[in-house]
Amino acid sequence: MEKLIALLIAAPLLGAAVLLVGGRRLDRVGHWIGTLLSTASFVFGLLLFADLLGRNAEHRTLTQHLWSWIPVEGFQADVTLRLDQLSMTFVLLITGVGSLIHLYSVGYMEHDERRRRFFGYLNLFLAAMLLLVLADNYLLLYVGWEGVGLASYLLIGFWQHKPSAATAAKKAFLVNRVGDMGLSIAIMLMFTTFGSFAFGPVFGHVGDASQGKLTAIGLMLLLAACGKSAQVPLQSWLGDAMEGPTPVSALIHAATMVTAGVYLIVRSAAVFNAAPDAQLAVTVVGAVTLLFGAIVGCAKDDIKKALAGSTMSQIGYMVLAAGLGPIGYVFAIMHLVTHGFFKAGLFLGAGSVMHGMNDEVDMRKYGGLRKYMPVTFVTFGLGYLAIIGFPGLSGFFSKDKIIEAAFAKGGTEGWILGGAALLGAAITAFYMTRVMLMTFFGEERWKNRPTRSPGAPSAEPAAEHRGEHAEPHPHESPKVMTIPMIVLAVGSVLGGGFFSIGDRFLHWLEPVTGHSEGHSPVSAGEVTAATMVCLVIGVAIAWAQYGRKPVPAVAPRGSLLTRAARRDLLQDDFNHVVLVRGGEHLTRSLVYLDHSLVDGVVNGTAAGFGGLSGRLRRFQNGFARSYAVSMFGGAALLVAATLLMRAV
Amino acid sequence: MSTPAVHSLWTTAADRIPQIGAPKIEYGQLSPTLIIIGAALVGVLVEAFIPRRSRYYAQVFVSVVALCAAFAAVVGLAADGYGTTKAHIAAMGAIAVDGPSLFLQGVILLAGLVGLFTFAERRLDPAAHGNRVDSFAAQAASVPGSEGEQAAVKAGFTTTEVFPLLLFAVAGMLVFTSANDLLTLFVALEVFSLPLYLLCALARRKRLMSQEAAVKYFLLGAFASAFTLFGIALLYGYAGSVSYGRIAQVVDGSVTDVSPALAGTMGNDALLLVGGALLVMGLLFKVGAVPFHMWTPDVYQGAPTPVTGFMAAATKVAAFGALLRLLYVVLPGLRWDWRPVMWAVAIVTMLGGAIVAITQTDIKRLLAYSSIAHAGFILAGVVATSKNGVSSVLFYLAGYSFVTIGAFAVVTLVRDAGGEATHLSKWAGLGRRSPLVAAVFAVFLLAFAGIPLTSGFAGKFAVFKAAAAGGAVPLVVIGVISSAIAAFFYIRVIVLMFFSEPKPEGPTVAVPSPLTTLAIGIGVAVTLVLGVAPQYFLDLASQAGVFVR
Repeated sequence: MEKLIALLIAAPLLGAAVLLVGGRRLDRVGHWIGTLLSTASFVFGLLLFADLLGRNAEHRTLTQHLWSWIPVEGFQADVTLRLDQLSMTFVLLITGVGSLIHLYSVGYMEHDERRRRFFGYLNLFLAAMLLLVLADNYLLLYVGWEGVGLASYLLIGFWQHKPSAATAAKKAFLVNRVGDMGLSIAIMLMFTTFGSFAFGPVFGHVGDASQGKLTAIGLMLLLAACGKSAQVPLQSWLGDAMEGPTPVSALIHAATMVTAGVYLIVRSAAVFNAAPDAQLAVTVVGAVTLLFGAIVGCAKDDIKKALAGSTMSQIGYMVLAAGLGPIGYVFAIMHLVTHGFFKAGLFLGAGSVMHGMNDEVDMRKYGGLRKYMPVTFVTFGLGYLAIIGFPGLSGFFSKDKIIEAAFAKGGTEGWILGGAALLGAAITAFYMTRVMLMTFFGEERWKNRPTRSPGAPSAEPAAEHRGEHAEPHPHESPKVMTIPMIVLAVGSVLGGGFFSIGDRFLHWLEPVTGHSEGHSPVSAGEVTAATMVCLVIGVAIAWAQYGRKPVPAVAPRGSLLTRAARRDLLQDDFNHVVLVRGGEHLTRSLVYLDHSLVDGVVNGTAAGFGGLSGRLRRFQNGFARSYAVSMFGGAALLVAATLLMRAV
Repeated sequence: MSTPAVHSLWTTAADRIPQIGAPKIEYGQLSPTLIIIGAALVGVLVEAFIPRRSRYYAQVFVSVVALCAAFAAVVGLAADGYGTTKAHIAAMGAIAVDGPSLFLQGVILLAGLVGLFTFAERRLDPAAHGNRVDSFAAQAASVPGSEGEQAAVKAGFTTTEVFPLLLFAVAGMLVFTSANDLLTLFVALEVFSLPLYLLCALARRKRLMSQEAAVKYFLLGAFASAFTLFGIALLYGYAGSVSYGRIAQVVDGSVTDVSPALAGTMGNDALLLVGGALLVMGLLFKVGAVPFHMWTPDVYQGAPTPVTGFMAAATKVAAFGALLRLLYVVLPGLRWDWRPVMWAVAIVTMLGGAIVAITQTDIKRLLAYSSIAHAGFILAGVVATSKNGVSSVLFYLAGYSFVTIGAFAVVTLVRDAGGEATHLSKWAGLGRRSPLVAAVFAVFLLAFAGIPLTSGFAGKFAVFKAAAAGGAVPLVVIGVISSAIAAFFYIRVIVLMFFSEPKPEGPTVAVPSPLTTLAIGIGVAVTLVLGVAPQYFLDLASQAGVFVR
């Protein structure tokens, strides 16, 4: 059965190779090849899952050694894959959601002439992401980590003819490099500390390392996670990443890749458990980000950017849970999985709405769409209920557990973290209700007007084929798009309950991550009640603002906070002032130093030798008599020197 | 007086004279040299008896066969163990047959063969009056620019004497590397020098410059020979013998049978030191070490380019062979005296060659200074005074000689109306016009600069390693600095060829016959093989690194 593990990666990798190398001949069937190989990977995943279920909980770790990558004395890097409950969970999520989104993309990208290439990139992403979660050592994980970064870059900038998309791709790439640097430093630190970067030896020898080193490794891993998972302070790229095609936003920038940071932290549980300072940093980052993302989500009128803020916020929950240690690891992953379902569903729903609305993304130009696209409305609505934590749906179970765990951290920290999580729940309810109301309820603001105010950037270029200023005719999307939405909606509804009843998920994952109950100052019932109150408050405020009153078609100026939130809480301004300007100053002074000092020395030396050369050259005057004198002098010197050596 | 009486007088006289033993000559072991000398003599006869039309073909045939046969003889001797276990001194102590001499003889013969290919090239110069011509003057004796010259050109004369001259030079070099007494050394020196002086004067174009170069070379060479001969005389006065083994014994103090007539001067160290220094100076002149290098740029520039290539490669090999033997066989007991001096010579040679090369504008002069710098690098291996030092020098010489001949062969291809276009400015943009030729030249330049994956790197590495192991670390540091300086002007040529705009009236690249193509091809192949997989040849040089005493 171990032999199948490599096939998980091989199938989409083959797809990427075939689609990208195959060229135009495959244009007509390329998307089906990609979908087929992605589904094949999912089927292999299911087979392996069945095999794992048939084993005892202790024997559910399979490894497959493929080859020795760098076999050098004292530096052993192997290509070894490891399948345990944690990676199995990810494999099913990645390949399952991935296959659904492949299917959806068949319809969504129908009019794009570069559809084959798009599927090639999607397959490449799947292969890299699977390598990331299946690697048995950090170096191989790093390969997958960079691979998903590359795929993400290629897909964000897929519509590269749009300057905004090209810029967004570059931004994502650059910000991610900062995080990647953290991961590479962490790996180097591991190698110097433990003499290895394979999971087994590192986790086995955590006890031997000093506290300082472990904290350093933990903080570097956290930096890596911040980059990939768009956590404060490396969050700025995610909103712009929505320039990519919507299926990409759903798969990579909502369901899977952005959760890689959470995977990294949970996988490195042994390191973080031994480094409480690093853990504290993780919880702080998570708590800050969950509020940050939620606030940004409230202010955005672009449906995808609102959802992006929400993604940031929900991943903040996961990071918070992962930072809580054994109390929270399982719930971090559980929320990750349920979030994968409902957020992917919400994005696909958003894509479906855009599909029907001439690629309009501004929610102020939606309204009353529930009549026109009933399937999208229902599936989106179920996703909405799941994310705000409506009782019985997925988000209710997973988020509630995280809030409980935050309180269970105990002490002041527990109160602060729990309070932040509760507040986040209220804001989530607010902004998601806002999205729901603005899109599907209220008056039909898209009637009797062109879809887009002139000059506003076209979100998706397909719009240009369809007549820019025509009044939209909202319609339901084709089956190939709605079926994945329906499947994801079912997952959003039932997933949480299925996982939580009888603590199924807990028992499944516990052997890998470990679990402990904290000492909560408040009972589980009280937490649930408080969450419900927050939920109701959030929904009520949103209703008061967007349900009862008509939504203005042009955004009002808003308060200072609203305006800041619209600008992503000034993150780009901050980066510009601190990093870009600072960097410019630094490079300018370095360039000056290089020109004046380094080049001065180099050029001076060169000029010196050149001058010397010109002077020495004059001895070569072409007269045999001068040459003979030189020889005579040389011979005299030679003799004299030889005699002198004897005399000395 | 009657006839029987005369007869008896003769016979009785003959009985009374002590028998003069016939010298014992090991003809088999001397066969490489004998083959070449024989072929050279045949070449002279060819000049005398073969009709003018066929002389070229006959000469090329004789030379190629002789060089190949001699090389086969060298390989046969080496395979027979003469390079290692059976090494001994042949011809009554005159010639050493050992590892270094066989190795260097092999290199000289191959260099001679490749050089011969460039000598025999007849497609580069435009045909004169329907006759194909080579790089050499139509009639050497005619005054440049005279009517006689024009008549000779019109008659389609070619100087086919260059082939026997080449063979004589090769024969002299073969003996030079293996000479085991000072007189043989001197005779060999003159035997290979005189043909080279002549060859230098034979350029078809720019004849005045060529003749000037030859006269300079001859005058300075004669001057250096005088020093050499004086040194030999002093050494004879010191040791009472010209045999290497005998002198070495006297230096060691291990000699027992001192002739009473010599007791007065024998063992006088002043004679030894002065004589040794003068002899070494003569050899340093031949390798082109600073401050005895000044003939090099002028002669390299003036001589016909095929001659320059052959001379730059083979002379250096032969002279370093002789220098090694002198320092390692005759004067090892004196190494504490000569090492510091050779250090100094190596340093000024490396730096001097590299620095002056920076401002050169003529490609042939540039390569001349480059060869001076390389002489310095090789001297660094010589002063290592170890077996590794010897083998590193052998390896370096093998790699260097093919790079040099190849590089000069490329120079013969780049031509304009006045013949070869040697001014560097004309090479601008050559890479755009003739990418292949420029790329090949770039390979040679990279090898000169000692860039990895070329023979230059492997050789330089071996030499510096041996020098550092021999305690000459400062020398190695200066060597590396000189390499860096030298890299500048090599790379500058590459930049010029590939990254400059070609000039509108720039030179054209002539399409050579298979002969030059073969010479260049062998050069590139040896350069890359010795660079990529040097181990076999390093082992070979290492086995050949022991001198017989």
